[in-house]
Amino acid sequence: MTFLDSIWLIPLFPLFGAVVMLLLGRKFDPQGPSEVAVAAGVEGAPSVAHPGHHASSKAKAIVSVLCPGMVLLSFIFSVGAVLELMGTPGRVHQLIQFTWLAGLPFTTQTGALAQFAADWGFLLDPLSAVMILVVTGIGFLIHVYSIGYMGHEGGYYRFFGYLNLFVFFMLMLVLANNYVLMFVGWEGVGLCSYLLIGFYFHKKSAADAGKKAFIVNRIGDAGFILGMLLMFSVVGSVRFLDVNKALAQFAPEVGFGVLSAIALLLFIGATGKSAQFPLYVWLPDAMEGPTPVSALIHAATMVTAGVYMVARSNVLFRLTPETSAIVAVVGALTAILAASIAVAQNDIKRVLAYSTVSQLGFMFMALGVGAYWVAIFHLYTHAFFKALLFLGSGSVIHAMGGEQDMRRMGGLKDKIPITHATMLIGTLAIAGVPGLAGFFSKDEILWQVFSSPAGMKGVYVVGIVTAGLTAFYMWRLMALTFYGQSRVEPHVAAHVHESPRVMTVPLMVLAAGSVLAGWIGVPKLWSFLPEGFRAFEHWLAPVLIAETAHGAEHHADAALEWGLMLLSVVVAGCGMLLAWFLYQKRAPKTEPLAALGGLHKLLLNKWYVDEIYDFLFVNGMVKGGGNALSRFDQKVVDGGVNGAGWLTRFTSTISMWWDTWIVDGLVRLTGFSVKIASYPVRMLQTGSVQSYALVFVLGIAAVFGYYLVR
Amino acid sequence: MDGHLLSWVLFTPLIGMAVLLLIPAERKNLIRLWANIAALAGFLVSLPLVFRFDKDASGFQFVEKADWIPALGVKYMIGIDGISLLLVMLTTVIGCIAILSSWNAIQDRVKEYYAMFLLQQTGIIGVFVSLDFFLFFVFWEVVLVPMYFIIGVWGGPRKLYAAIKFFIYTLAGGALMLLGILTLYFEHFKQFGYYTFEISELMKLNLSPVMEQWVFWAFFIGFAIKVPMFPFHTWLPDAHVEAPTAGSVVLASVLLKMGTYGFIRFSLPLLPKASVNAAIVQVLVALSLIGIIYGALVSLMQQDWKKLVAYSSVSHLGFCTLGIFALNPNGLAGSVIQQINHGISTGMLFLVVGIAYERRHTRDFKEFGGLGHVMPVYAIVAAIAMLSSAGLPLLNGFIGEFTILQGAFEANRAWAAIAVTGIIFGAAYLLWMYQRTMLGQITNPKNLRLPDLSFRELATFLPLIAWAIWIGVYPQPHFAVLEKPVAQIVERVRPDYFQKPVQQAEAPRAAEVAR
Repeated sequence: MTFLDSIWLIPLFPLFGAVVMLLLGRKFDPQGPSEVAVAAGVEGAPSVAHPGHHASSKAKAIVSVLCPGMVLLSFIFSVGAVLELMGTPGRVHQLIQFTWLAGLPFTTQTGALAQFAADWGFLLDPLSAVMILVVTGIGFLIHVYSIGYMGHEGGYYRFFGYLNLFVFFMLMLVLANNYVLMFVGWEGVGLCSYLLIGFYFHKKSAADAGKKAFIVNRIGDAGFILGMLLMFSVVGSVRFLDVNKALAQFAPEVGFGVLSAIALLLFIGATGKSAQFPLYVWLPDAMEGPTPVSALIHAATMVTAGVYMVARSNVLFRLTPETSAIVAVVGALTAILAASIAVAQNDIKRVLAYSTVSQLGFMFMALGVGAYWVAIFHLYTHAFFKALLFLGSGSVIHAMGGEQDMRRMGGLKDKIPITHATMLIGTLAIAGVPGLAGFFSKDEILWQVFSSPAGMKGVYVVGIVTAGLTAFYMWRLMALTFYGQSRVEPHVAAHVHESPRVMTVPLMVLAAGSVLAGWIGVPKLWSFLPEGFRAFEHWLAPVLIAETAHGAEHHADAALEWGLMLLSVVVAGCGMLLAWFLYQKRAPKTEPLAALGGLHKLLLNKWYVDEIYDFLFVNGMVKGGGNALSRFDQKVVDGGVNGAGWLTRFTSTISMWWDTWIVDGLVRLTGFSVKIASYPVRMLQTGSVQSYALVFVLGIAAVFGYYLVR
Repeated sequence: MDGHLLSWVLFTPLIGMAVLLLIPAERKNLIRLWANIAALAGFLVSLPLVFRFDKDASGFQFVEKADWIPALGVKYMIGIDGISLLLVMLTTVIGCIAILSSWNAIQDRVKEYYAMFLLQQTGIIGVFVSLDFFLFFVFWEVVLVPMYFIIGVWGGPRKLYAAIKFFIYTLAGGALMLLGILTLYFEHFKQFGYYTFEISELMKLNLSPVMEQWVFWAFFIGFAIKVPMFPFHTWLPDAHVEAPTAGSVVLASVLLKMGTYGFIRFSLPLLPKASVNAAIVQVLVALSLIGIIYGALVSLMQQDWKKLVAYSSVSHLGFCTLGIFALNPNGLAGSVIQQINHGISTGMLFLVVGIAYERRHTRDFKEFGGLGHVMPVYAIVAAIAMLSSAGLPLLNGFIGEFTILQGAFEANRAWAAIAVTGIIFGAAYLLWMYQRTMLGQITNPKNLRLPDLSFRELATFLPLIAWAIWIGVYPQPHFAVLEKPVAQIVERVRPDYFQKPVQQAEAPRAAEVAR
């Protein structure tokens, strides 16, 4: 039981790598001016020579060993733990280390008091086992590939530090035993995605894309948070096992009730992280990041977090048919929308980005119809072939010296043969050629959508059309990149070279995976194969398959199932043939789809969704509202304050006037009237003795005169 | 020292100031050194509070009581519970950091500057430890004076306008609060026959609902201006923009908490009937929600780096007041945690702005961009500050916001749904801020040769980063000290809250932990 009890170490290895890199990394990678990017025209800038070549190779070697090594350690521990898990009764292992976030008493919906508690705890069961193997296994391959791919880039240590940090958070996400700790990983991978998309942070477009990814994800996260809160108040726990236990008491919901609300809020979170309509817009922009990042984060692992979360909550979603139907419809809508956009894109990575969005849509279709194990199956096969395709495109871009526009490629097949061969396998796998990984998982999704009790024929039609589109745009990508006439510019063509072994070996491993990975989930229809070929479903059964529901339920007739399987193979074949015809056979100078006119323009411009969002939300609500409010703040609110100040000064001016002229005026008026009244008297009081004497004499004379006259 | 630990905590900065006044004004470095020693001493003296605090005891601890003005019934009475403990610790830590950060920034009137700062420390701690309303009011007003001078003397170009606005605004609020206090004081005489300002005595009052409401609104004005709640917030951006860095740090990190603390310590327990009055709660929650969204949207539009951080405070403090008026344990505890968090993260953000300002003497976003290339350590520190403020899990902000949302959700689901948009906008303006300053290319040649953080500058961040991670990864100790006082306040305003059946905790936990 050693590995099982040390599952808490699995995320910590890459965390260690990340901390060492981010704290001490600069010591390993003495950066000269390579990181100083200066806008043109700024004087006094240090000369920017070949970036990155200054870093000593010895220091780089430490980084190259430490960071992939940490992920390898995690992988080894994961394999060990999963092997031990097989021998555990019930195949569930929960390890709780301490109470991480325990709030205070809380009134639940029933009016009882409950103590909110989220553990720092880990849960290993068949579902998380699949996830940790995918994350650490494919993560390790991509780390190795990055040694070659990022070798000439500045900020080597920084890149690996972020990548390790990502693996830490991703492992937290899939190993957490409760929703809140899962949310830690959820936000953490978002942060790493932000950091890695914006890795070339001197580019404004990269920084913008990183910001867009983070903010769009946050919209989903808001839903996730509310979902958790509602769940706690209804169910009384956030621990997966306890939630499922508590939910056992609920009957499937008729109509849209509180459980549907929880499920819908969680699903909103999933649409953000897994790039579903209407929140998918960040993923194509995320291609600004280095290609290994696109492979690891934006194809194989992080973007599948939403699928994982819904599958993890399958007990809840089973109880809420309304929300499940929404999930399926949103998945279908996203799948066809993104596939239609991918058809017209010219940037090799953008085609793959929209393809990822589309494939995630497939997974949500499966989730929506209750085929949870199939969604995880597709997640797992998709991780192989999409990582392969992205790394392959990275190898192409590497060979082309950074060129990503397929219109300037063509005829690369013989120049980079290993890349070509492996990408061909990836293309056949995603297109659904029988025998390869994508065929098994995609066909099972289509079959489940068609046949399961919650299935929808309309969604099936969308699915099969999307499958055709997928085959078309993938072959278009192959044709434009590898076949036909070379359109490579001469000075680039001279340098086109196959990538080093450190990059091609991961490609070959992933190619092998893309061929073989599907053989553990073959259709039940192929009854000639023993049950071992259906191990995937059995493995996940304890977590994802309800006892009563799926399993032996749909015994639709075998002929129909064979027919549908044939149909999807034919559709895929037609898609590829059409692309072959349009882009290889006719090898036109201009884009043949341009004949579609307005529709092509619409697709090329991604249905103008970004523009509509910019208009409505970014410029309309947020910037417009912000502007209006900040003016309101200045003029009205602060205006009120300043107005009050002004009013005070005004009244005090009036008071002063009143005081000077009225109050004091009265006082002075009194004085003045006394003064006036006393004026004649004062006239007499001259102070001159002579005049007094004169008055005195005159007075006496008058008195005497009076008596004399009388 | 033993029996008077809290008084030592309270007056150590004041003693430091008294000694500082004896140092001749020309010996600037000695003054700086001494001020730092005094602030550090203030922190070290407060440290035993943490270790000796008994989280299981109810009521106040480290209580000291003496007559001060017997004729008026005024006492010198101080003591702390878990809420004040956290705020006092925040004050002493931030005090050290703010004083350390001023070393180069302040060049003239150095002596007066540090004297004011130390005086302010005593004033703020006094507010958080007073258990006598008169004493509280004295400290409340004492705090005004140093901050007025710090803004008005060492501030930016519009310092006089900002300082006077700050002073008059807060003073006006204080005057109304005083009316409320006096009402309680005379009412107490009427009911019990003697005069007192002691909080625990005033809690025994039996007021008519109408009178409680009048007093509530009087307190509200005083506290809401300090927080500041919408629409009383416009003094804040001006004060922040004009204040020197350390002034902004203290203003945001601790001074604003006097308002939220006032609500928790006085409004709720003294006026329980008014505090649960539906109309009053609705008004306060509405103002909080407006503050959250309004502050965030206005932040998005700022061209001045410091003003953006200032408006973000309005948004964050909206969360704090929302938590308080959710009137349940999680709301209140989350509010206190978030007050600490805001002190940590906004303190760091102001330090970040201050460092750029010291080097460039501007805060206009247009002047910056690409600083990450020339100042990588600075960029990392700024990233941590930004993420802590944005509420990234495993850092502090998430713990506070989540707990507040939980409390708000329990009270009314719509409140939580509105408040949660605040975290979206929060991410938007913070990332935008970061992008405009740290990322992209260097467009201004003046930024090419900026030195990275010095050791002293780095030292101002490290304690805050450590605290941020501590709360993010292991918040339990903080919740533990809050549990009792929060429960007491909730019980005071909603006596029936804890009378409900308790849902059994699930799953044996201890056994699993032991493994």
